[in-house]
This record gives sequence, structure tokens and C-alpha cells, in this order.
Amino acid sequence: MLSLGSVGAKSTKPSFVSYVTPEVSFHAALYLRCEVEFCSANPILKYTQDDLSQRGVFGTLFCTNFRITFISDEKSQEETTKTFKNKLYGENDIPLMFVDHIYGVYDEKRKLITGALVKNKYPSKIIIHCKDLRVFQFCLTYTKEEDAKKIFQGIAHHCLEEKSLKCVFAFSYTGTPSPGTDISPCREMQRKRETILFDSPEDWTQEMKRTKANCRLVTENENFELSQRLPKYFVIPSALGDLFSYQGKGFPIWCWSHYSGCALFKASLPPVTQEDGDFQKHFDIMINAVAHNYLYSAKTEDLSESLPTIQDIQQSYNKFKQFFLIENSTDFWLSDMKWFSSLESSGWLDIIRQCLQKAVEVVECLEKDNTNVLITEEEGTDLCCVISSLVQIMLDPYYRTLMGFQSLVQKEWVAGCHAFLDRCNHLHQKDKECYSPVFLLFLECVWQLVQQHSPAFQFSETYLTVLSDSVHMPVFSTFLFNSAHHRESVLKAESPLAQSSPLSCPTVWDWSVQFDSKAQNYFFNPLYSEKVKHEKAVRKPHKLKHQRQLSLPSTAFKTPFKKGFFKDETDSLKKMLRVKRLSRWMGSPDSTAAISREFYESWQQRPLDYHGLLLPCLDGPAVRVWMQRYLRWIPEVHILGGGSVAVMTKLMELLSQVQDLKRVLEQRDSSQAAKPDHRPYIQHRLLSFGSSGRLPSSFPFAYSRNRSFKPIIPTGLMQCLMLTDSLASQEDEASSFVSLV
Amino acid sequence: DRSSGPRVSDTELRVYKDPSKDELPLLPEELVQDSAKDVTYICPFIGPVRGSLTVTNYRLFFRCTDREPVFGLDLPLGGLSRVEKIGAASSRGDVSYGVVCKDMRNLRFVHKEPEDSLKKSVFEVLMKFAFPVSNNMSLFAFEYKQVFPENGWKVYDPLAEYKRQGLPNESWRISKVNDHYELCDSYPATLFVPVTITDEELRRVSSFRAKGRIPVLSWIHPESQAAVVRASQTMVGQNGRRCKEDEKLLQAIMDANAQSHKLFIFDARPSVNAAANKMKGGGFESEDAYQNAELVFLDIHNIHVMRESLRKLKDVVYPNIEESHWLSNLESTHWLEHIKLILAGALRIADKVESGKTSVVVHCSDGWDRTPQLTSLALIMLDSHYRTIRGFQILLEKEWLSFGHRFQQRVGHGDKNHTDADRSPIFLQFIDCVWQMTRQFPAAFEFNEYFLITILDHLYSCLFGTFLCNSEQQRLKEEVPKRTVSLWSFVNSQLEEFVNPLYVHYPSHVLFPTVGIRHLQLWVSYYIRWNPRMRPQEPVHQRYKELLAKRAELQKRVEELQREAANRMASSSSERAGSPTRSITPVQTFV
Repeated sequence: MLSLGSVGAKSTKPSFVSYVTPEVSFHAALYLRCEVEFCSANPILKYTQDDLSQRGVFGTLFCTNFRITFISDEKSQEETTKTFKNKLYGENDIPLMFVDHIYGVYDEKRKLITGALVKNKYPSKIIIHCKDLRVFQFCLTYTKEEDAKKIFQGIAHHCLEEKSLKCVFAFSYTGTPSPGTDISPCREMQRKRETILFDSPEDWTQEMKRTKANCRLVTENENFELSQRLPKYFVIPSALGDLFSYQGKGFPIWCWSHYSGCALFKASLPPVTQEDGDFQKHFDIMINAVAHNYLYSAKTEDLSESLPTIQDIQQSYNKFKQFFLIENSTDFWLSDMKWFSSLESSGWLDIIRQCLQKAVEVVECLEKDNTNVLITEEEGTDLCCVISSLVQIMLDPYYRTLMGFQSLVQKEWVAGCHAFLDRCNHLHQKDKECYSPVFLLFLECVWQLVQQHSPAFQFSETYLTVLSDSVHMPVFSTFLFNSAHHRESVLKAESPLAQSSPLSCPTVWDWSVQFDSKAQNYFFNPLYSEKVKHEKAVRKPHKLKHQRQLSLPSTAFKTPFKKGFFKDETDSLKKMLRVKRLSRWMGSPDSTAAISREFYESWQQRPLDYHGLLLPCLDGPAVRVWMQRYLRWIPEVHILGGGSVAVMTKLMELLSQVQDLKRVLEQRDSSQAAKPDHRPYIQHRLLSFGSSGRLPSSFPFAYSRNRSFKPIIPTGLMQCLMLTDSLASQEDEASSFVSLV
Repeated sequence: DRSSGPRVSDTELRVYKDPSKDELPLLPEELVQDSAKDVTYICPFIGPVRGSLTVTNYRLFFRCTDREPVFGLDLPLGGLSRVEKIGAASSRGDVSYGVVCKDMRNLRFVHKEPEDSLKKSVFEVLMKFAFPVSNNMSLFAFEYKQVFPENGWKVYDPLAEYKRQGLPNESWRISKVNDHYELCDSYPATLFVPVTITDEELRRVSSFRAKGRIPVLSWIHPESQAAVVRASQTMVGQNGRRCKEDEKLLQAIMDANAQSHKLFIFDARPSVNAAANKMKGGGFESEDAYQNAELVFLDIHNIHVMRESLRKLKDVVYPNIEESHWLSNLESTHWLEHIKLILAGALRIADKVESGKTSVVVHCSDGWDRTPQLTSLALIMLDSHYRTIRGFQILLEKEWLSFGHRFQQRVGHGDKNHTDADRSPIFLQFIDCVWQMTRQFPAAFEFNEYFLITILDHLYSCLFGTFLCNSEQQRLKEEVPKRTVSLWSFVNSQLEEFVNPLYVHYPSHVLFPTVGIRHLQLWVSYYIRWNPRMRPQEPVHQRYKELLAKRAELQKRVEELQREAANRMASSSSERAGSPTRSITPVQTFV
């Protein structure tokens, strides 16, 4: 009866056919390639979220190897009118990896479903909290007991049970490439416009050339002989000798070079305090190698000592996200009362502030002191990635373009071996120790920069929000593995044609997989102030050398380089290095804050250059909640006809008009040779915002559908502000009262 | 030049481009009263700076002499709420002075006492001129005689405004009962009441309403005829007095709107406080006496709570912000919760009028604090006219000034009694609510943030007559419109400074803001503007203006080229047949 993507289907259960009525049939066209249905149930009542009355829509609930999906019995027309639509999932789809928690309501009591299920018992209602903060509520009581049981257990099994990586949808999806998408032959040509993946020696050489780095590219790990935790290719200080002699120990990996010549390195090193002579020796060699890079100066920072641990990050985020997983209006208004203190108690904004603060400190070393910096951490792939990426965004305007930003994520995170699979817990492992939203933390920090200095960024907050969702899209290879080695071995093993080419998965950067070009327009920030002059020369001119040296701190090393330096002077050098290291980083936190405060203030006094150094303001009111990401699904906070959307759409309209005019002029300018538009992206057509005056602030995410234009009146205001002090009971006309001031 | 106008400087310290000139840019009639060298200003952000202090009859001016670049402090004396000597003179003869300002900052100076004990210190002069009312002198507004191209006193004409609303009509009439402020001295002369109520009945009602502030029309819905009516509390007292004229008046208000057979009475107070007022003779409408009326309490606290809340807020934001506990500190001030309650109240009023097509009566105790907050916010939501610059001026003139918000008392113009319990930031709170709405609807208001800040700065500055006195009657008695300049004269003479470039005029566009505290923000660029670290980022407006300019420039070039091509075509018409000019679509101009 139904031909459900039978291509490559592994275990299609035939039982489903009998109870799917033809009207609500899971139409073949709705399936993605190779999507396989596991189970379904009808009728299921899906509660309308923006309504307290517990009304809903009847329909069929399906669980497939890709998603949980609800298909309404009523025909909906909205879908077609959306300008911003994800091609892979709609508003009633929950890709399995999006599921965060499932709750079951048993006799009015809500219980967290953990996967270990009591047989034959199913809840009357299931509540699904998603990682993109959507909340779904399905009522199971209208359907046959058998079906209800089946769908509940199916969903719980596929979303909560630990599974193997092979079961992730990406592997079924890629197994059968569609005929149209072959890899372009002239890859080199495309490269220039595309995200740099940092999976080839050329990418790294190019990056070193761009930043004028004076380091060494390591190709010895091509087959992961050095280490499986290290990238395939990486760059190290040129002073470092044979890497095989340091096997098993971490060494500095180059991240980025400042125009002055100093550079940022990261390393996976256990804490410095260890009183292990052997380790100390190794550490000193590494420091020396880094210091050697430029002017014999180096500072190190152990991030695991000064920043929260990944467990802290996880716990904080867990608390934080609860404030946005709103199930009904009453909860919303109740939580609105203690909003600020709850926010503070989660500590999430404070963690963001700490990360940005640390990044500013590193920036200060590079920019002001022109000192090499080595950041370390036990693994070297979590907070090191956060800090090094933030530093690069603050210092290098290239990373504030869309392609630059994507390349940065590739360089520091994907090629840099951040353990995405474990950190995102894509496989629902019970051992939650390694689960932590480190990458999301990074995006949060970037968002703070974007909202503070919007014109400096080519991408929009919508882009960041979509990217934060796409981390959990089980279709892309980008965020699916723990390391480069992991990626390569799995893709090789999973290849259908064994021993030939490895499996090719789409990367998340191929946005056309998810969005059409019109929707992709929303990724671009209409406020971006493009660099007009010297587009090629991104870097600033060098400062005068003598000036820089005068400004060097007195402890800086100016010993001329000579062979055998280490052998002769290691001890004194070690001592001095350590002194310097300690003096700068181990000082009391207050003094560090004061120093970087000064750095920020002196930067703030200069005229703002969006293509130069960018620093965040970290004072209390400046660090905010990422409203778009966290509030987009909550109808109570949607502003109909308002929000930043109103401004952005107007700006986009205006920008497209300006560009149309430019195009007209270019066409008119017959005397000049036609110059091709070399900007890769701007295709801003006049977007149809006929009703932009009435768009909800949650646009382009949630749509207020068919809602009458009515305000949201808060409930429970009575409890809101019960003041008990004497002022509240004073008379208005108070001339007779003794003032309290 | 921005600095030469009557502008309150928007940063803590102004940088001077030309340090060689040390003349003070004086306003007309502004006279230097005293000055002193070697005064130290203890800046909370950059530390002590030395310089000279000048006091005029309008402002305090500090100019630093030991720093590069040269900068200064320039603030109107009206903004001072307290000047005092702190402690005794030090061994070196230095005396500390503290200056508490109404605009969220405290200044501190150190100065050597003059050796000649007969000579007055500059701070004694400052104390005299900062509080002219307490020293039997007149406010600077009565001396300031600058002439502006626009006359702001002509902005509000009550009859014209009511006519815009379609009044008088078959249900509402003008009453002359308060022509000479005999019925109610805090109400305007022009009142609109239901046609079925006689002036005699109004007089009776006035004895039943606190301070004689009877229910009168504020605004009428152009389609449904649902009305927003304002009043003060009923004098019910403990014995539950009734007044049949008052009952008749409310019934007439309901009857004037054929769409609904109900009337909503919004009492702005918490119900506990409303009930407590009965002990003092006040109270609220009982639903027994007023058939078909539904009473709703909006739980907004009184002026004392608001004053205390702002005081706490000042502690939290000035001079330094404690980073780690910022959010809970902010919460403990309750400032945003009060904002939320006021906005929520206005939203409920607007909803009843717009969605319910029901007339509403709004009152608090006296009907001059919470009532104008609620009615004017509801009117901004309901009527897009009040979102324009002139419309907003009319709204302030009408709901706040003519209906007797006690500006003199609440702000304490020129009065040294800084502990006066009648002072309260009610108007500031209203402007804050408006600002919250402009944040939520960035394209719905014709004015920008600077307009709102300017209004607040001149609320205190005493440069303009607009916010002087407590009522229309007092302003007429003092001849304020004759003897002073209106703030709107200044504003309307340089409108471009106050225009929001993103503004789109939607004629019948009701705004329903979101009142969840998640969407309310602290108005950083007002409350924390003195902190240089919180200097606002380049606003979106800037970029927008750039784009507008760019578009205009390109449009001009396109038109030039088109003209040129047309000329060329005319001269060599037959040469090129398929000229490209035709294929180019005309450039549209729409914003």
C-alpha cells in the first residue's frame, strides 16, 4: 500500500499498514530518502502550545528512523506560505536527535521517562522537550490501547535508549547518494568561495600564509600514527623537534598568528602544578618552543584552572534551559516573577562572561603586549576551542564573515577534534559525564559579540540560531564524531563499497540541504558594514618596530637567537619564564580584571573600527539572554508587529533597493567594463514582506497561526509584587509622614 | 552646533575640542554668579581631576585643567536635589561637598575654603542658586528668553484635539462647568461629559469624588465609540456612602457606547490599599451601586513605593555595577516589576476598549499619578497619533499637564527640601514604559530615544516652562505660557534630531506590547548613561540613515543617467533602436 523509501531499508516492520487510514497516510513524498517508519498511532491529540485551554489538533503520530512526526487530520495551508522553511523537518517534526527529555503523565503526575519502561503501562500524555527548546504535548488516550503502547514504547526506545553510531540517520541517508549531487571536479576553483574545511595540508599552508605565521606544518599524523586524538594535519612552533619523541604527551598546536608575529597556541596538558620532574621538563620544552616563536616571550594559561569545568557548564545549562521549556501560560507567568534571580542562579550568563573575559585577556597579551600565548587544558579540545575561537573572532575580521566563521569552526572545532559526539550525547549514553554543551557555549559568546557590535558581523543571529539547531541534525557529518580519526575510521567502515572510497556525508555548511536560497538570505546581517577600501589587505600595517620594543614589558626576552641556546641557558630561562607566567596569570583575579578593564576602556576610547579589534562589554547589563534562540517558541513573549524583526526586515528591504540601484547603475555604466559581482552571497531580492508590519517577533521561527490579534494578558499578577513594607500602605498625599530618606 | 543649544550634556564628561577657549557657552540671560579655581572633582570612573568650577543662575560647570583631552561637567542646577558639606575641613583646609542629582548621579567635589571668612564659598553660591524657590528667587525658566522659530505653547489646543477624535458628538458634550476652575482646581477648563448629565449633576458628583476630580472623557474609539474615562476615587468611606448622580454618570458613560452593555472600572491600586482608603473617607465603586459595572484592581503601588524603588535602582547602577550579582540586585529594586504592572494595566485597559469594545473608567486615589500613567499608555497603544512627535506632545499636555499631574510637587523644582515625601518618579516611570514600547515596536514611533531623554532632562532642568507648577490653573495664574519658553518650542525647532528614521506610519495600528519581564529591559542609556563603560553602541539608526543616504545618492545618479541617456537619444534618435533605457524599471520611492 505504501512505498516507504524502501531503498536501503534495513528492517521495515510490515505491521504498520493495517491501522493507517488512507486519509492520514504518511505520504511517500513526506519521507526523506531512506526514511523508514517504525510505528504510528491514530488518533493522537496534539495540544496547541499557545493556548491554556488544552485544546489541540487530532492526527497521526509516527516514529521513523529519522524523526517523530505528527500529521494533522486537518489540512494546513500555512506550510506553503512560509518564507523560512527547513527542508528536512517541519514544525511538527522532531528529528530523533533533537529529543532532550520525554515526560509521561500518569494519573495527572508527570514523570521523567528514562528508557527503562514498565511494560504494559503507558502514560495518558507524553511531553517532549526538544534541544531546540520546542515543547510538544501529545495525548494518547483517544487511540487504541495497543497502538498507544506501541508508539510510546517506540518513541521512548528510539529517543532514549543508548544506540550505536551506525543507527544515526546520517548513515542511511548518505548510503544512497541521490544522482544529482556529485562532487564538483574543479574543487580548487570552488575552494576560494567555500568554507575551508582544514582537511588538507593546503588549507593549513594557506591559513599560515594568510596570517603570516612562521610555524611548521605537521603531516606525520596523516595516518594517525602520532595520536588518534590529534588532527590529521596541524601546525606547531617551528622550534619543536621530532614529534615522535614526545609521543603520548601534549604539545602546542598553533591556532592563529597576530600581525605582530606573536601567536596563539593551544595544548592538551595536565595541570601545571604537578610535581613531576619529567613532566615539568616536558612542559618547559613546550613553553620554550612557544616563546621561540616571537621575541622570546610566552604566557601560559591553564583553562581548566580558571574556567568552569565541562560538568559545571552542563549543570548550568540544564538549569538555564528549564526557564524556556514552558508547557503552559500559568508556568510562564509564574516563572516570570523571579525571572532575574532564576537567571542568575543558573550561572549561565556568568559562564559566558567568564569565557569572554578570558578571551579578552588573551587578546590583550597578543595585541598589547605582543606576547605568544599558550592555552592549555587536559583534553585541549573543549575550552581551548572556545577561547581560541573567540580570540580569533575578536582580532581577525575575516572570522566575522560567514565563510570565515565557518572556516573557523572547521579549523578549531571539527578538524581540531572537539568531541562532538560525546559532548552532544547524540547516542543517549547513560554515562552523562562527557555530555556538555561546549559548542553551544561558544555560539552564545559569539552571539553576545554579535548583539553588541552587529555591524562587524556578516552573519545574523538567525544564522547562529539555525547553526545551534543544526548541531543535532542527524544528517550532517560535521558534528557527528569525536575526532578526525574517529570520523575517518567510521566513514571508511560504513562505506557501502568497502575498501573503495569512504562514505561521503554532507557537511552542515551546505545550507542548501536545509534551506532554499531565499531562506538563506536571513543568514546575512543587513547591518553588516562591509569593508569598502583595501578589500584584499585585511591585516593592518605593521607598527614601527622600535615603538613596539619600547612598549615591551621589562621581563620580555630580547636575547638574540643562537644555536644551543637551550642547552646553555635553560635553567635561567625556565626560571624567568615561570616567574613571568606566574606574575601575569596567577595573580589575584581582581587585579587581572582591573587590568583588562583598563584594556577595554582604552579600546573603547578609540573610534570604533568594525574591521579592527573588537572587544565585548562585560558589565552586568551588557551580557544578555539570546532572546531569539530561547524565546522563539513561547507565544507569551511574541510581539506581533514588533521586535528586532521589524527593523531587520526594513533594513533588508532598503539594502535590496540600494543593491538594485547599484545594479542599474552598473548596467548603465556602459563606458566601464562590466565588473562581475564577486560577492558570493548577496542576492537580496526584494523579499515579500507585504505584511512586515504584522510579523511576530519570533519570525522567522515560530508563526502565530490563525491567532486573533489579541494581547497576552498576564495571569497571577496578584502574587507578583506583594510588598510588605510600610511604604506600600502609606497614603499618596504624604505630607504628614516623616520621610524615610 | 550641539553644544551651544540648551542641551543637557549626554555624557558624564564632555570633551572639548578647543581647549584654548575657556569661555563658557552661556544661554541668553544666563549670568555667571561665582567661580573658583582649584576644585577637585572626584570622578567615580577616572578618579580625582582638578579644575575650575563655575556657577551661573542656570548651571554648574566644571572644567578640568589637569588632563588631556580637556573635559568638563555641565549640568543644569534644576537637576540637583541636594548639595551638602560632607564632614569637617581636613587639616589642609579642604572641604568635601556632595551633590545628589535627580538624574541618577552623585557628584563629589573637594575645595579649599576661602581664607577670608567673609567671602562665600562657591558651594554656598551653588546652594543658593540650585534652590531658588527656597531662597525666594524665581526659576531660571522665567528669565530665559530665547526665541525659537516654533511656538510650543500652541501645540495643544484641547478643542482641536477633541475634534480630531470626532467630538462633540451625539453622546458627548463640552461642559463649561470648570471654566474658572471652580468645580475642580486641578482639572482643565475644557471637560467632555455625556450629554445626558447636567452641569448641576456634575457639581454633585464632584463632591463625591476625591479632590472633585469627576469622571470625564479622555479618549473615544473612532469606530466602536468605546470611551476611556478618567476620575479619582469615590468618597465611599466606611459607611458606604452613595451618590446617585455619580451612578447616573457612569451609567450614561456606558450608554454612550451602544456596542457594549458593560462598563469596566479599573482601580489602579492594589485592592488592599483601595480598601484601606475607606478608613479615610475614600474607597471604590461597589458593584451593588453600579449595575453592569465590573471593578478590576490593577495592583500598582503608590508614589512612596516607586520612589524607594528608584532609590534602590540608583544604588545598584551608580557609580559601579556589581557584575556577579547584577541580575538579583536589579530584581531586588522591583523597578522592572513596577514597569511590568503599569504596562500590564494599560494593556488590559486597551484590550477592553479595542477587543471588548467596552468603555472603561480609570482611577487611583486622586487620579493624578497612576491614572495618567495608565490612560496615556493605553492611548499610545490604541491611537497611532500619539506615537508621532507632535501627538506625543499633545498627549503629555493633555493627560499629564492639563489634568494636573503635580509636577512641581513630584519633582520639587528649585526646592531644597529633598526629603519631601511628595516627590516621586511617576513621570519618569511613564517615560520608561514608553521607552519599553519603543523597544518592542522599533518602527511604530516617530520619535527616537533621544527625544525621551531630552524630555526627562528638561523635566528637571527648569529651563522651560512646560513642566512647572501643579495644574493648568496654577500655570495660568503664574502666566507660565507668557513668561517662559515651552520645551516643544525647542524640540519642534529642530525636529530632525528627534526623528526615528525607522518610523512607518500605520494609521489604524493598535500596539499590544508584551509585558513579560523577559521582554522588559533596564533602560541602560538613561539610567546608566554616566558610566563610560556602558556607552551605547552605534545604534541601528545610524546604519539605517547611511543606507537611506546611499539610496538617495544612487537614485540621483540613476536619474541623472536616465536624463543623460534621454538627451543622447533625442540627439541621435534613429541610431540605436533598442535603447536600454526602456528596459530599466523606474526606481520606486517608498519607505
